[in-house]
Amino acid sequence: MKLNERSLAFYATCDAPVDNAGFLHKRGGRGASSHRRWFVLRGNMLFYFEAEASREPLGVILLEGCTVELVDVREEFAFAVHFAGGRSRPYVLAADSQAALEGWVKALSRASFHYLRLVVRELEQQLAAMREGSPANALPANPSPVSNPRPKENGRAVWSALPEQPTVAPQRPPLPPRRRASASNGPLASFAQLHEQYGLEVRALRSQWRGGHTGLAGLEVSWHPSGSGGTHTRDQP
Amino acid sequence: MRYNEKELQALSRQPAEMAAELGMRGPKKGSVAKRRLVKLVVNFLFYFRPDEAEPLGALLLERCRVAQEEPGGFSISFVEDLSRKYHFECCSQEQCQEWMEALRRASYEYMRRSLIFYRNEIRKMTGKDPLEQFGISEEARFQLSSLPTDGRTACIGSQLDVLD
Repeated sequence: MKLNERSLAFYATCDAPVDNAGFLHKRGGRGASSHRRWFVLRGNMLFYFEAEASREPLGVILLEGCTVELVDVREEFAFAVHFAGGRSRPYVLAADSQAALEGWVKALSRASFHYLRLVVRELEQQLAAMREGSPANALPANPSPVSNPRPKENGRAVWSALPEQPTVAPQRPPLPPRRRASASNGPLASFAQLHEQYGLEVRALRSQWRGGHTGLAGLEVSWHPSGSGGTHTRDQP
Repeated sequence: MRYNEKELQALSRQPAEMAAELGMRGPKKGSVAKRRLVKLVVNFLFYFRPDEAEPLGALLLERCRVAQEEPGGFSISFVEDLSRKYHFECCSQEQCQEWMEALRRASYEYMRRSLIFYRNEIRKMTGKDPLEQFGISEEARFQLSSLPTDGRTACIGSQLDVLD
C-alpha cells in the first residue's frame, strides 16, 4: 500500500508539541535483539528514530485499535502494544524507568482517534445542551448513567451525561456531530454497522460509569471483537 | 519508513466517515485522473480501485491543505510542499463541498483543537472543567500548551482559529 511517507516524516519531525517522547527498547523481528530507539508519539501515530536528532523516522506504528498491556518478560519496565485481528505479534517495548513506563502506557492507551472523537462528541453535546437549557443544570456533580439512550433521527442511540429533566419539555436533540454516515454513498457503513459501533461505545461508557471508574482509559478495548485477556492498566486514583 | 501495514489495511475496512467513487489524480506531472473508491476513516484517506478490496494507498491527513480547484474539484496537499497536489473530481459542487468540509475536520490535530475549544467554552460557561468527570483533565494532549504556536499546522482552512 502506498503511503504519503514524506508527509508522515514531516509530521513526525515538525516542531509542534509532541504527546510523548523518549527512549524505548524495541525488539526487532522474532528472536531478534532489542534496539534502543527514540520514540515520538503524535496523535495516533508512534514514530521511532535511530537517534533523538535523526531527521527521518525509521518507522511508525499506527496505534488505532490497539490495546496496551504490561508484560512480565525478561525485560523490566516492559509493555506490549497489541492489535486484534491483523497482526499476530505485538510490539514489545521497554522503558528505562517505572515513571517512564507509566507515562508511555497512559499516553498510548489514550492515543486513538476514536477515543479523542468520543470525548469531543461528549463535549459537543454538553455544550449544545447547555446552550439550549439552563447552564446550572448542565454539568451534574456526579455523572450518572442514563438508563435509556435517546434515539436520534438517523437511528443512532445517543448517550447524554445530563440528568433527565421532567419539568422541561423534551427538546430536539442537538444535531449529530459532524461525523456522517456513508450510507448515502454506498453500503460501506450500513446503519447496522454504525448502530453496533455506537452501541459498543455506549456499553463501554456505561460499564465504566457503573463500575465507578472515572477514566476512559479502558475505553479503547471496546473496538476489538475479543478481549485480550491480559491485565489492563488503569489510572492511578 | 516501516509501518504496520496490516493494521492500516484493517483500518481501511472500518466504517467510513465518507466514501465515494471519485476521479483521482496524483501529484506527479502528467498523471491521469482515474476512478477510485475514496474512503475517509479517522485521519486517513484510503483509495481503492473500484472493484478491489485492498487499498492502493492511503494519505495521512495531518498538516494538509484542502482547496477548491475547478468547480466540482478539490485538491489535497501537504504543508511541507503545497505545490504537490492530489486532485479529486466530484460529480457535483455539492459533493465537492461535502468532501472538503469533512477532510478539513479529519485530522487528529483538528479534533484536538476542537476538544480544547469546547473544553474552554464549557469552562467559561460553568466554571467547571468538563474533563474532570473523565479523570483526564491533566492529560498533556488536551492542554492548550499542546497546540502548535503558529496555529497553522493542523489543517489550513479550518474553522477553529480563535482560542482564548
